[in-house]
Amino acid sequence: MNTPFTDAVSRAEVEDLFYHEAELLDGWKLDLWLELLTDDATYYVPPNDKPDADHRYTLFTIADDMVRLRERIIRLKDPNCHAEYPPSRTRRFITNVRVTAVEGDTISASANFSIHRFRRGGTHQEFVGQYRYQLERQHGMLKIAERRAILDAEELGMLGSVSFIL
Amino acid sequence: MDDRTDPRRNHPLVMENRTAMSFQVRREVFVSREVLEREQHALFDRCWMYVGHASELKAPGDFRTRWAAGRPIIFCRDRAGEIRCLINSCRHRGAIVCREREGNARNFYCMYHGWTYNADGGLRNVPGEEAYPPSFDKTKMGLVAVPRLESYRDFWFLNFDRDAPDLVTYLAGAKDYIDLVVDQSPSGRMEIIAGVQEYDIKANWKLLVENSVDDYHLVATHATWLNYMRNSGVNIAPPKGSGLLLATKGSGKDLGNGHLTTDNPNYRGRPVARWISVYGEEAKADIDAIRAELVARLGEARAARVADTNRNLVVFPNLVINDGSSVTVRNFFPVAPDRMHVTAWALGPVEETEAQRARRLHAFLTFYGPGGFATPDDVAALENVQQGFAAWRDVEWNDLSRGMARNDEQLDTDEGHLRVFWRRWNELMEEAA
Repeated sequence: MNTPFTDAVSRAEVEDLFYHEAELLDGWKLDLWLELLTDDATYYVPPNDKPDADHRYTLFTIADDMVRLRERIIRLKDPNCHAEYPPSRTRRFITNVRVTAVEGDTISASANFSIHRFRRGGTHQEFVGQYRYQLERQHGMLKIAERRAILDAEELGMLGSVSFIL
Repeated sequence: MDDRTDPRRNHPLVMENRTAMSFQVRREVFVSREVLEREQHALFDRCWMYVGHASELKAPGDFRTRWAAGRPIIFCRDRAGEIRCLINSCRHRGAIVCREREGNARNFYCMYHGWTYNADGGLRNVPGEEAYPPSFDKTKMGLVAVPRLESYRDFWFLNFDRDAPDLVTYLAGAKDYIDLVVDQSPSGRMEIIAGVQEYDIKANWKLLVENSVDDYHLVATHATWLNYMRNSGVNIAPPKGSGLLLATKGSGKDLGNGHLTTDNPNYRGRPVARWISVYGEEAKADIDAIRAELVARLGEARAARVADTNRNLVVFPNLVINDGSSVTVRNFFPVAPDRMHVTAWALGPVEETEAQRARRLHAFLTFYGPGGFATPDDVAALENVQQGFAAWRDVEWNDLSRGMARNDEQLDTDEGHLRVFWRRWNELMEEAA
């Protein structure tokens, strides 16, 4: 499928947003990251065995509404968030960016990700998968209304927890 | 046997002295490969091991493949509707015959040489069968069924010890706590909700037994979860002057045969059926209706027991059912002294409406699971402990004496219920030594 030709958005603009987001997340600038989201944004990590499922009927790994996502950020910034203290070092590689649909004000986009996570003691994990986003244009700016990080691993296994923002 | 030559006496793994009120566990039990091998014989080959829930096999031919007691297992419903548990290894040369995670199958086909088995395990077809000698008896070459398979209220367990007592006897007091979970359903039918959480912890499996029922760790390990509860308007403060660490006074209980549970008045909400602010105002009437159904069916006292208490149950040795802010069924198994596989599911009443199910799952994810606000910190704690055990030769003992001086019941924040596990563990390990 070719990227739909549209005046609503260019792939370069979506790429800029994704790369900017990646920089904020890898830099643990989590409050600035929240500003990229709409006021009613959602964040999903589906279960490894049911990647296309609906969180209302299926146990997800993460299914945050904006209320819980803000609380998640409060938690991640707290030294008592033991799973992420000291904060893990991450580096995310984002490729294969596509604008997949434009319907009214909503833009669907996808990308592949590979997120390396390092912790002291030699721990190196690689979270690989696909992002699926719903974007909205607000006051000229692209905002993230929904972000879904779908992991390719058959099970979390040695990835352990998903304690940082994928 | 002379005390000096009996290695069990000279090198105890668990030391209890009731007079001196001390209880210690040797850290070696978390790092030793020899101990892990002995656990295989002493525990996993002898105890009833959870394998799955009846709701996972709805139709004839449905199957789930998983591991139990260190073996590859097909948990399935045959064409006649009977639940079976087959060892997932070809009778010919050993290959795994069913490689899918789940599905519906008329038969199981071995990809190595093409042997085909029926859904009940019977050997149906052997390519080139005429080359086998007359002694080859196809009727005796079906997939091997596990020696014992029994269920209690749709929870299915297997046992590799043919002489083991029956499951209901084995479960002892744990039965009542499974009943409290199942009583949440008007029809007595709970179901495993789709979506499984499978993750490894780089720690000894027994640390997760302890952690699953140890309420002493909540304040330190789960400070950010408690903070979230507070931010959401839930009262988490211990009553002033009570000496308690948590908002309510819970207890830790011995259920016999090594099974144990916490039993705590709820303060953190329950989908069935105790409203908290996190659920939103719009959920109030619905929770009231669930509560009214419980009272009509079970009476006031039993309804309160079901709806107003949290219970983290350990079915010895490695099944945990946490009936807290949601219900999770958690099974775990060692793959090395310092590593375990964890499999966790959510459980809910089959009657739940779409809104009720969504509320249950939302409540689940706030606390439990690899993306929750609490479980990742438990995992971090256990892995942190395991790293500390590298010094097991120098710092030899864990202390589990908390609460021993208390004459009345043990609190959930004491370690009386953890000692229940260790006593039974030690008993079985000494029998096998």
